[in-house]
Amino acid sequence: MTIIVCIKQVPARESHLRPAGGWVEEADLSYEINEPDAFALEEGLRLKEQHGGETVVLSAGPARVVQTIREALAKGADRAIHLEHENPRAFSPLETARFMADAIAGEKPDLVLTGLQSDDLGYGHTGVILAELLGLPHATIVMQVEVRDGALRVKRELEGGWFQHVEMPLPALLTIQSGIGALRYATLMGIKKARTKEIRRVPLEAGPGDAGFQVERVSLPARSKATRLFDGSPQEAAAQLVEKLKFEARVL
Amino acid sequence: MPPFRGVDFLSVDSQFSEDELLVRQTARQFVDERVIPLMRDSFREGRFPSELIGEMARLGFLGANLEGYGCAGMSSVEYGLIMQELERGDSGIRSFVSVQGALVMYPILTFGSEEQKQRWLPSLQSGKAVGCFGLTEPGFGSNPAGMRTTAKPDGGGWILNGEKSWITNGTMADVAVVWARTPEGIQGFLVEKGTPGYTSSDIHGKWSMRASVTSSLAFADCRIPEASALPGAKGLRAALMCLTQARYGIGWGVLGAAMDCFETARQYSLVRKQFDDRPIASHQLVQEKLAWMITEISKGQLLALHVGRLKDRGRADHAHVSMLKRNNVAMALECARLSRDLLGANGITDEYPVMRHLCNLETVKTYEGTDHIHALVIGERVTGVAAYR
Repeated sequence: MTIIVCIKQVPARESHLRPAGGWVEEADLSYEINEPDAFALEEGLRLKEQHGGETVVLSAGPARVVQTIREALAKGADRAIHLEHENPRAFSPLETARFMADAIAGEKPDLVLTGLQSDDLGYGHTGVILAELLGLPHATIVMQVEVRDGALRVKRELEGGWFQHVEMPLPALLTIQSGIGALRYATLMGIKKARTKEIRRVPLEAGPGDAGFQVERVSLPARSKATRLFDGSPQEAAAQLVEKLKFEARVL
Repeated sequence: MPPFRGVDFLSVDSQFSEDELLVRQTARQFVDERVIPLMRDSFREGRFPSELIGEMARLGFLGANLEGYGCAGMSSVEYGLIMQELERGDSGIRSFVSVQGALVMYPILTFGSEEQKQRWLPSLQSGKAVGCFGLTEPGFGSNPAGMRTTAKPDGGGWILNGEKSWITNGTMADVAVVWARTPEGIQGFLVEKGTPGYTSSDIHGKWSMRASVTSSLAFADCRIPEASALPGAKGLRAALMCLTQARYGIGWGVLGAAMDCFETARQYSLVRKQFDDRPIASHQLVQEKLAWMITEISKGQLLALHVGRLKDRGRADHAHVSMLKRNNVAMALECARLSRDLLGANGITDEYPVMRHLCNLETVKTYEGTDHIHALVIGERVTGVAAYR
């Protein structure tokens, strides 16, 4: 199997975020692999170990994303494609998916894996648009993948603790949910081996071509705190509290 | 507990290569996920968590900076970063890896015959075998040249007699690198577990390094074959070369312990409130302690990195390593004491890692060349006069 895993480098979760000009102050950031993408990579490596073939990672971004690409190679990906652009954030999900589809098309993949969404922009669109552009069937929020007799059986996460089991043909695209398997560490030998693995660089010359898409501003969630006192006897107050927790806060 | 995000006041990270950062990330995640959750109970029970050996071996931590025989061939800086993260977990875990790599695999690789290398290095690298290093004796610590253990040539073999003490991994070890006096001078030998006349027992009652095995080795007319001598390990200099490797790793390792203490105290000071419902981080005396710690840790990082770069260029000598070990251990110990102070009464419990690091670092100050001896090594370098001879 040829398995393509699309990975994105995002600001690390503990980064200090300061909104600045349509994005956040980059000088404050450290970066890491997008969490669901790390699980997509894990699944891609696991399937390769089970069924043979090749795992190829694809990532778009400036020079710094090579660090994330190297991490994937060190964990066991065979080679990588780097879509080079200073600021892929300027692209709409459709444009990003177009660039990715162009880069992938020649690879004739049996399976394309992405994380279900990115931790920074969180569109959750790029994977499914990519499937459409590649002409592949897709399934989203995948919790389990089984390849059997040249076809896929996947488990999808639905709302409220429900799951859906789907059988689908190959080739296909799946967007992977975090937690699908235990993440492996990059071994020291793997890190050393990764030094000689191929990273194909594909410069993205095109500027933004989707005039309908523009990020106006980003802001931190406003913090609000409201205090409510319940009147009545302890029993009545408790009943009111349970009601609020159930239907307003929805934590019960 | 959130994952550890590093202590990096001076942007020292900007001096590391992509590969060095990746190596640190592997060690860091391993320590967060596998080591730290075990340490409180391991330390309490006085147990070395041997269940970690297999995974540390698979990741390549054992003999990480050595070349060949399955070893990962990491640079000195990459090796140092692994030690830093391991000791952030616990000095006992770092000690295990130090001894296995720097004091057992290194001498076998450097001084051993091809047969000895083939026999031991792959199994030591993969954690299937454990090693220990027997130099110190009950009466000879800082002055190993006075050792009493003897190896007498006897019809194509050797007969060992004597006792070694304070030996990390001693009773766990499948093979011991033992230093003994022969008619021609001091010589290193490989002694296998189970050789008649070779026994070992653990030292109990430790308040420090409780998650590490510390033992005594005894040799009573222990007969070993001629081929057990390490051909190149002649003279005390060979033993000291091994110690320079291990001390280098300690200089990095204790940075990890210091970072854990600093970060614990910093976070604690932000949530602990005292006087007018203000966090103690807002008090000047608390900030002074945190400022001292982060300054000294930052200087220690730069010292370790510089000696590491020198070592990778073949330009580090043992006096540089003495400065690294002595400075960083003393700094880490002081960070542990200050952090304990900032945590108040909570600091003495094992709910926090600070007292565990503090107790461990008292050992680290003494072993692998005491603070005093390293001062004299540096003193000899700048005066040309050896005070300990």
